[in-house]
This record gives sequence, C-alpha cells and structure tokens, in this order.
Amino acid sequence: MLICEDLELRYDDFSLRADLRFPTGAITALIGPSGAGKSTLLAAIAGFLAPASGRVSWAGADITTLSPADRPISMLFQDNNLFPHLTIAQNVGLGLRAGLRLSASQMSQVEAVLESVGLEGMGTRKPAALSGGQQSRAALARVLLADRPLVLLDEPFAALGPSLKAEMLDLVKQRLADQGRTVIMVTHDPHDAKRIADAVAVVEDGVVTDPAPTAGLFDNPPPVLAAYLGM
Amino acid sequence: MQKPIYLPVVAGLALCATSTLAETPVLQVLTYDSFVSDWGPGPAIETAFEAECACDLEFVGSSDGAALLARIQLEGPRTEFDVVLGLDTNLTAAARETGLFAPHGVTADLDLPIAWDDADFLPFDWGYFAFVGNADAEAAVSLRNLAVSDLKIVIQDPRSSTPGLGLLMWVKEAHPDDAAAIWEALADNIVTVTPGWSEAYGMFLDGEADAVLSYTTSPAYHLIAEEDASKVAWPFEEGHYMQVEVAGKLASTDQPELADQFMAFIVSEGFQSIIPTTNWMYPAITPEAGLPDGFETLVTPAVSLLKSPEDAAAIRAEALEEWRNALSQ
Amino acid sequence: MAQRAITISPRWPGVLAGALVLVLTLGTLAAVALRAELTTGLGTADWAAIRFTVVQAFLSALISVVLAIPVARALARRRFWGRQALITLLGAPFLLPVIVAVVGLIAVFGRNGILNSTLIWAGIEPISIYGFHGVILAHVFFNLPLAVRFILQGWLAIPAERFRLAASLNASIGRVLEIPMLRAVVPSTFLVIFLICLTSFAVALTLGRGPKSTTVELAIYQALRFDFDLGRAALLACIQFGLCAVAAVIAWRVTGVDAMGAGFDRTVTRWDMRRPFWDYLAIVLAALFLLIPLAMVVLRGLPGLLIMPSSVWLAAVRSVLVAIGSATLCCTMAIALGLLGGRVVAVVGVLPLAASGLVVGTGAFLIVYPFVSPSDVALVITMLVNATLALPFVLRAIGPAIVAVHDDFGRLGVSVGLTRWRWLRIVVLPRIRRPLGFGAGLSAALSMGDLGVIALFAGKAEETLPLAMHRLMGAYRMDAAAGAAVLLLGVSLLIFWICDHWGRGDVDL
Repeated sequence: MLICEDLELRYDDFSLRADLRFPTGAITALIGPSGAGKSTLLAAIAGFLAPASGRVSWAGADITTLSPADRPISMLFQDNNLFPHLTIAQNVGLGLRAGLRLSASQMSQVEAVLESVGLEGMGTRKPAALSGGQQSRAALARVLLADRPLVLLDEPFAALGPSLKAEMLDLVKQRLADQGRTVIMVTHDPHDAKRIADAVAVVEDGVVTDPAPTAGLFDNPPPVLAAYLGM
Repeated sequence: MQKPIYLPVVAGLALCATSTLAETPVLQVLTYDSFVSDWGPGPAIETAFEAECACDLEFVGSSDGAALLARIQLEGPRTEFDVVLGLDTNLTAAARETGLFAPHGVTADLDLPIAWDDADFLPFDWGYFAFVGNADAEAAVSLRNLAVSDLKIVIQDPRSSTPGLGLLMWVKEAHPDDAAAIWEALADNIVTVTPGWSEAYGMFLDGEADAVLSYTTSPAYHLIAEEDASKVAWPFEEGHYMQVEVAGKLASTDQPELADQFMAFIVSEGFQSIIPTTNWMYPAITPEAGLPDGFETLVTPAVSLLKSPEDAAAIRAEALEEWRNALSQ
Repeated sequence: MAQRAITISPRWPGVLAGALVLVLTLGTLAAVALRAELTTGLGTADWAAIRFTVVQAFLSALISVVLAIPVARALARRRFWGRQALITLLGAPFLLPVIVAVVGLIAVFGRNGILNSTLIWAGIEPISIYGFHGVILAHVFFNLPLAVRFILQGWLAIPAERFRLAASLNASIGRVLEIPMLRAVVPSTFLVIFLICLTSFAVALTLGRGPKSTTVELAIYQALRFDFDLGRAALLACIQFGLCAVAAVIAWRVTGVDAMGAGFDRTVTRWDMRRPFWDYLAIVLAALFLLIPLAMVVLRGLPGLLIMPSSVWLAAVRSVLVAIGSATLCCTMAIALGLLGGRVVAVVGVLPLAASGLVVGTGAFLIVYPFVSPSDVALVITMLVNATLALPFVLRAIGPAIVAVHDDFGRLGVSVGLTRWRWLRIVVLPRIRRPLGFGAGLSAALSMGDLGVIALFAGKAEETLPLAMHRLMGAYRMDAAAGAAVLLLGVSLLIFWICDHWGRGDVDL
C-alpha cells in the first residue's frame, strides 16, 4: 500500500497537505481544479519534489528520500514521454534497462509489448513519425515493460481526442490495473474517473481527501467535489 | 624587481628532464621571427657556425625586436638563452638597464657610417629607414617636402613596430624643434598606420599608397630576388635615420665560451656574407667579395642620423606624445 | 511546477572546466599583476583609448545585430538551392585571421579597390575606408556572420508546432513568436560582438588611420612590448574586464526568457511566406558584402599557392592538429560547463571574451616558465588558450541546448534511470548534435587562424600556418603569403564545414 503520512508540500507560497492511503492494485483518480496541486502531489510521490515534512512509504518501506529512479514507480508525464531522437523500440526498451544495448531476449520482449499495445512493426520508427495516439501507446508500452508496481499518470492523454483518450484509458485499465498494478492518475475530467477509477481523491484548498469508491462518491458527492462539479 | 614563482619539486623534475641529454653543447639564441624563417639568414648561419663550433646552434624566433626584450625581461636571470640577436638602438638602453647582458668583448673593424662604441651590444647589420615608392612616379625629396605634398604614404605605429619607432626618431632628429609641426603637416599624407611592417608593405604593393616606410635596401630585394627594378627608395635631403641591429650576450649564459665564440662569429665573413640577401640589410662588415650585385644601385644618404641609445630612450615618451597629438586632430 | 534539483549529470567536470577558464583568464592576469610594480594610474591617452574602444565596440555590435536580423530571417524562411553552402560561406569572415580579412576588405574598399575603381570610372568621388567608419565596417564584416548564425539559430529553434499553432490562430507570427525569440537572442548576441570588438587590436589600428583609433588592447600591447610595464598592462586588462562586466550585466537585464519549449523536431513549414523579394534582397546584399572580399583574397592568393615553400604545407598539418585538439578540448569544456549550468557558468562563459589575448599569453608564459621551456609547450599552450578563447562561442551555442534537453527530458530521463554518463551519451549528446557540430567547427576554425599566443611561445619547430604566413610576409614574400592565406581560408572553412555538416547529419528525425 502507498501511504502519504502527514505529507506537507511547499512551493513558493503554495502549500498542500496530504495524509492518505492509496488502495493497492486499484486505480485512484486525483481530481480537482487546475492549480490545486494534483501534479505536485504526484511529483512528490515520484521523488521530483522533496516534501517539507512527512513521509511517503510503499509496502511498509519509507521511500521519501529515494531518488526517482530507485522508487518502485513508473510515470507518464503531460508531455515529452518519448525521446524524439530514439526509435520507438529504443524508447520502449528503456523500460527494461537504462541503456540502448538490449539482448536478443530483451528485444523480443520489446516486440511483444509493442504488439500488445497495437504497435507491431513500428519499433524502428521515430516518435515524430507516429500519430498522437500511437505515441501514447508507445509510452504506455514502456511502462508495461518496466514492470514496476506503482504507475503515476500525470494527464498523459490530455491532448488526445475524446475517443482516443477513452481507448487509452481502457488500455490502462486492462493492461495495468487488471494485472495488479497500483495506478494513480491525475485528471480534471470526472468522466475519466468514472470510466476507469476504482477510487477518487479530491484535491482542493490545499488538502487531499481520502480516496473514496468512485461510484458512491459521484452519486453523493461531498461539498468539495460538488462545488468542483458545479452541482 | 623579480619575483619568480617557485614550485621546487616540479621545477626540479623539469630541470632533470632537460639536463640529461647534454652531450653536444647547445647554444640558444633568441631572435626575431623573420630571422629564423626559411628565407631569413637563420638556417644558413646555423649551418656555417655549427661547421666550426662542434655544437648545436638553436635559434628561437619570437615575433619582433621589441618582443625579444620583453621576453628576456619576462624570463629574467633564469633564462636559458645565451645570446639575444636583433635588438636595435632604440631598445639597447632599456636592455642595458635590465642588467641581464654581459660585455661582448669583441673588437672588430665595423663598416658602419657612424662610430660604434658599445661594450655590451655588437652590431650585426644595419640599414637606413626610407620611404619606398614606385620608380616611374612622383617622389618626395625630404620629410618637409613630403609633408606639403599630396603624396600618400603608409607608416607603422611607433607603439607596436620598430620601423614606426624609427620614423618617430627620424623626424625628431631631423627637425628637433619642428617635429610636432612636421607630423601635423604629414597627417593628411598618411593613408593609415599599421601595427607592423608586413601589413604596411603589403598595402603599398597593392597600390594603396604612393610609398611605404621601409628601408633603403628594400628595392634590393625586388631587384635581386624578383628581377624587378620598379621599386625605389626616396632619398631625403635631411638625411636618413639608421637602424643598427645588435646582438648581446646574456650574463646568465651556461655556455660562456660558446657564446663568446658566437659573438666573434657574428662579425666574421661566415655570418656577414649571408646577411645582405637574406635579411636585406647592410652587413656590419662588408664581405671580402663586396656587396652583392644590385646593392650598388641603392640610395646612399649623404647624412646618417642616429640618436645614441640613451638619447633615444630619453626622448621617446615626448616624441610619442607629439606624434599622438598631431595625428589625433 | 515544483521541482527539486535533480542531479542527472556529474558536477566535477564542469567545476574542473570552470577552474581552467578562471586560471587562463583571471589567473594569467594575476600572474602578470604579481610580477608588476606599483602602477601609476591612467593618462589622458588611456582614457581616450577607453572611450574610443567602447564607442566603436558599441556601434559595431549594434550595426552587426541590426543588419543580421533581416538576413537571418530571410535565411530561416526561404529554401533555395545552395542555402546550406551559402550559410557556411557567410560564416567565413569570422573565421579568418584579421590580417587576411583586412587584405580582402582593402581589395574591395581601399583606395585602389574595386569599389573606388568603379566610382572613379563612373566619375564619382572615391570614398576612403580609413578612419572611424573603416573600423566599424571591418568589425561588421567580421561579426555580421556571427550575428546571423546566432539569430538564425534562434529562428530555427522555434518549434514547428508553434508556427502551426500561430497559423491556426491566425496570430501575428512576428508578435507571438519572433519578437519574444529576438528578445531572448539579440542581447546576448550583441554582448558577444561588443566584447569581441572591445578587445580588437589590429583591425582598429590598420584601418583606423592612426592614434585616434587606439584601443585598450593596443595600449596593453604597448605596455607589454615597448614599455615592459606589466603593472599598466594588468591595470588596462582589469579595465577591459570591468567593461565586460558592465556590458554583461546590462545584456542580462534586457534578455527575455527563452520559453519555446520542446517540439518533435519536425521540419518547419511556414505560412507567412509572402513577399520573397525583400528576403532575397537581404540575402544577396549580405552575400555581396561578405563574399566579395573573400573572393578577392582567393583571387590574389591562388597564384601564390604554387610558389609556397613546402614547409607551409607542414605548418598547415600542424595547425590542423592543433585545431582538432583545441576543438575537442573546447567542446568538452563547454559540455561540462553546460551540464553544470547556472549563473556562475554564464559568467565563466563570457570571461574569455573580455580577456586580452596578450595578457593571457604573457600570463600563461609566466605560469609555465618556472617549470618548462615555453617553446617546448608552445603547441599545448596554444591549444589550451585557443580552446578557452573559443569557449564563449561554443558555450553560447550548446549551453541553451543542454538547458532545453534538461528542462524537456530531465524528468523522463530520471524516471527511466538515465543518469550521469548514460544521460550524457544517450540523451544529451544526440540532442545537442547540431549546435555541437557548429561549435566544434567554430572552435577548430578559430584555432586555425590564431596567431596571438603562438607568436610569443613558438620556436622554429612549432610553426603554424598563420605564423608561416606571417613569416613569409616578413620576408617580402607577399605572393607566397597570399597563397598561404588562401590555404588557411580553405582549410579553416573545410574543417568548419565538416563539423557543421556532421552536426546536421540527423535532421530527418
């Protein structure tokens, strides 16, 4: 289980308090208005932002001071999820090994994972030669291959059209959550949360609420969420 | 005042590295760049001297005459050089003042148009500064005449070049009380002032000016090496200022005998006969066979002007100030 | 977005490179100053020199930058046959040794040059190149190429996506994209050229008609060579650094933030391509101004190539080796400093521009002299000093590229575990290949043409190509020297072209 314990994040005159547990093997959506600190919380969990106080632990171990690469975490950012000068296969291969030389068996792993996201035969192309949806699939393929138990999604599909985005979200559910990974996704769109999230935590006014089951939450939203949803 | 920087260990290592292979004695001579070039006197003199000294003569070239003195001053008494060759009388006073030079001890019957009596510095060649122009064109007959004419000249900067400094002394020596006025009158004749001799001479050859400040011996190069008689030096009524190029032995030399031998060689036939057609200057002692064919066509000034090293040093700042003020208007 | 400082790359190479730059700039100055006796202060002539130096440097930089903007804009917008070759050729004047370039300028603008010959033929009063305007003309000739290159890079760095966005919004590309880019690029370009002109020596003297055009660098030369007044030289060098500092602070103040962000390296397609006439006019005029003097150098020198002594070819080989060493060193230092980043690096990066070449040479001499014979290390010192003197240009080219890589891909790199040498090898180097190729070519070519340092250190055995050329001139061999100049021009351009071409080898990402 991922636990944020008395976590306090400060950045200029912005501050955010988080004290919550994320259910293991489920998708939790972080929802809230822009600027509320959703991405900041994600950055702190990933290790890009040092908390002012408090700790982050995973499966009972304190990971607060670990460097991002040493955490059991894969992350997809809002943009720049692929290196433009590397081929798709090289980009995906980085999920296996932080280098470009792959063994024959690693190569076939890369091919297999590309196939599983619908990118068979595209390994030799550069990202610019792919459509936006295909680029998202390639980035997802890297996360799949990295095989880390915790996946953080910082609105990586925001630039995609509605049907492509839905397709990618379904892929996340099938390929990640249903395989037992713990997923935390940032979104400002309740539909995204309703579509795949098991639980929803609301970020607003410098506080993060405890994750609550999605279905019940949207049927009977607490005041913070109700205000955000405009209800 | 010398403040050498010592890092004993490293210095010691460097010393070991240089002193192990000392079978043949090496004489190190610091001179100006064009002296050591393939077209200068350096290579032939090296061969001639090594034939009689059982040593290794090593010329090290360091841009121009002024740079030589600066370099010796930078190195101080710890210098590895044994002899410095290529200072002129505008620099010898400052050179003497460093206390780094020893008397040369050579007595020779020099063929200079003036009397020479300097225990520290020995002339190896000499020449007259002159404006060099084209043979078939209008020429000036004196500094004053040049100043009132419409002729265009290129000169060198006295702050960065030896001929430039030579002209400064020439004007001052020929017109001691009138130098500032001469410079003011010359201002409209001067196309530009270059940092060194080469740039000025190149501009003249490209037709940028009617004449360039150089030497009376410059036409000899074109005549002898290029069989081109179209360049002439303009003879001036006031006389011509001289450049006497000298060599000096460094007091700190670790090869004193070899250095003495080289100083004596400088005024010998073997050295002097090489000078005219390599350095394009007059040898300090006319070779037995006389000057090369073509030298007889050169201008020989009626009056030879030269300030003593001490006078030249004393008057330089004032002359420079006059020059700067006159040309800055 | 909040972000903690993530160490992706090791810091010590940058610290080491920075220390080396400090030793060669401020350290050499200190070495000179330590040897000096108490200084007597500055005379009126010195103040006149300072005033002249600043005024000419300011005007030269201003005119270079103003003229470069339309040329760079035209080159960024238009595609035509030979465009790349033209861009390379337009860079040539900056790479030339002063003495060669001045010959080319005089052949065009001199009393006997083609311009005045034409004017006289047409019955118009001839013009004179000599004087204040001649100094400015020459400095613009030298530095316009640099300004064009820097500003062109700015234009090319605007991602294709932004042009698409601007076009789709029907927004003015000038206001939305170009002016912010220029605000980011122009001040630093201006600063670099201002500083180059600040330390100018031979140009000002040769074309400036005498003592009116005395620069601080000439005063330093005089102090070092003729007066052997190390104190005055050190004082004047300090003033040069002071002027540099003031200029740098002003330039940073007016520099806009370069917030172009990352694109996907798509080829830029533009939607604002009307009125090609003005673009082509700018290109043609710049080409005429920059290339005719070069052509004159080549024309005059070609016959000389045949009569050059064979030692010149040997000197050329030696120069190429020095250039390769110097470029390797320079690029390594620039990458190390670029990875380190920050304000201190920005300061270290411009210091060499303000350094007087003569003081650096003299100081380096004083530093090495207690340990080794200066002529034994002439080539190494030349390499080192040339690398340092070229560093500002190379850092200027690759520094922002490294920052962009860090900003755009730093988190991705960290999250997939690409740190330290792998980050450098797999991400940084491939992504900065274009500016790196340009920087390597530039530093190699600048080193080829350098005469300053080697002249103080060299003995017979260390003759480089510019030194050989100078020696030929000193021995009346003007024709052979002109041949050597052509060889120098050719080899410099070739090295530059090879490196630059390598940098552009991967454009179709």
